[in-house]
Amino acid sequence: MVFRTIAELVERCVAENKKISEVMIETEIYQSGRNREEVWKLMDDNLTIMEQAVKRGIVEEERSRSGLTGGDAVLLQRYLKEKEPLSGRILLDAVSKSVATNEVNAKMGTICATPTAGSAGIVPGTLFAVAPKLQATREQMIRYLFTSGAIGLVIANNAFISGAAGGCQAEVGSATAMAAASMVEMAGGSPQQSAEALSIAMKNLLGLVCDPVAGLVEAPCVKRNAMGAALAMTAADMALAGIKSIIPADEVIETMYQIGCSMPSSLRETALGGLAATPTGKEHERRIFGSLKD
Amino acid sequence: MKYRSVFDIIGPIMIGPSSSHTAGAARIGLMSRNVFGRQPKKAEITFLGSFAQTYKGHGTDIAIIGGILGLNTYDERMVEAHQLAKELGVEIKMSVSDDEPNHPNTAIITLSDEQGETTVEGISIGGGKIVITSINGFTSRISGEVPTILVKHQDRSGVVASITEVFAERDLNIAYLELARKSKGGQALMIIETDYPMDKALCKQIESLPFIEKVVRLETI
Repeated sequence: MVFRTIAELVERCVAENKKISEVMIETEIYQSGRNREEVWKLMDDNLTIMEQAVKRGIVEEERSRSGLTGGDAVLLQRYLKEKEPLSGRILLDAVSKSVATNEVNAKMGTICATPTAGSAGIVPGTLFAVAPKLQATREQMIRYLFTSGAIGLVIANNAFISGAAGGCQAEVGSATAMAAASMVEMAGGSPQQSAEALSIAMKNLLGLVCDPVAGLVEAPCVKRNAMGAALAMTAADMALAGIKSIIPADEVIETMYQIGCSMPSSLRETALGGLAATPTGKEHERRIFGSLKD
Repeated sequence: MKYRSVFDIIGPIMIGPSSSHTAGAARIGLMSRNVFGRQPKKAEITFLGSFAQTYKGHGTDIAIIGGILGLNTYDERMVEAHQLAKELGVEIKMSVSDDEPNHPNTAIITLSDEQGETTVEGISIGGGKIVITSINGFTSRISGEVPTILVKHQDRSGVVASITEVFAERDLNIAYLELARKSKGGQALMIIETDYPMDKALCKQIESLPFIEKVVRLETI
């Protein structure tokens, strides 16, 4: 009943002629003992929280307690109003909404972890940018989250989803793969195309280290959520165009796991290496903890 | 499988910025309150490992205090936890320890009032999930996600049988049972997890058995 790999998940979708979201809903009902209405309501509540965080983040310029982040989503929204962006409007809207969510997270606002708090921007950011374009219903938006959850469950059980465990490839990488696969389903792509989008997205974040400045979930986290959203959209479009990943999804996930296991601990959320160890990173650490500890 | 529910991935709803350093911390605080069983007068919190390094910046202190005061991971009053503790007359003491913990995100919390004192050690294992690894020196592995009761009793023969008999009578299946004791014939702590919630009557019935000192029913988080 429970799918362990992406191949099993896709196989089940094909055999039963169901979407990934539907297989996830049925699995959750079976596993939790909750009925469909209860499961649906819980996800609906999660969606509401995501919507509130996006709405707050795109208008609020207040910075976080550390002063490291805040206000960038507003800059992007302003830019979208005043200029014609070089990339695409929907892509930049997704980026701004991912940044918005992650900025709200950094200032101790209310968010829904997807799969973690540090990577909470990508799934809702892409969702609230793409849903209007696809004229998605509330039901389709809730299904987006179930599809994301299905992909995340496989990744979490076969690799990891936290930066401390496997680097940022595990955290932002998982969220990006989840969003890419969900976008494909929402746009009418097949479960196999969702798997291709997942693979393409995750492959391009392999090796990404977790090196937060001063150990805080802010820099480079907020901007990595931005890029995760952009990358997820590109991967979804590539899969919808019919492009396949040369390496299958489960092998990409296994690769992410192997890379994470061989990553030194200085690059796994300890703030001992990477950007955290730069002169400027250290300076921020002294400034923040010097003042906060008083 | 480590993760079973879609809501382990999409969720929890929480106050940022870190599922392990904030949501997990809040849950450790909340579980320590549940074990204590009431609002404490005093809370002493010791941070170890990564918690000790970054607790101020992440708001881990705020989250743990919020949890101790009974706030859940998504409660917006969390941000004002220090103030709230003052208003409620709960004295908070915080310290960091250089001791090398078994897990990087470890907190030790002692809650007390005139009637007693409870010390709980908790670890935050990622994505907001936690494990209570010790209660008053007894080793445990409580997640707080399933119905759980704690039975404090004397280490005597027949105690386990008398308790499991109560469960059998009521046709309640025990999912997990753990017994820790400090010395032969001394004090012991039994941890029982079930698939479905246990009611107050069941706890009272167990409490009335010989050699049982106290039964605490933990709210799930």
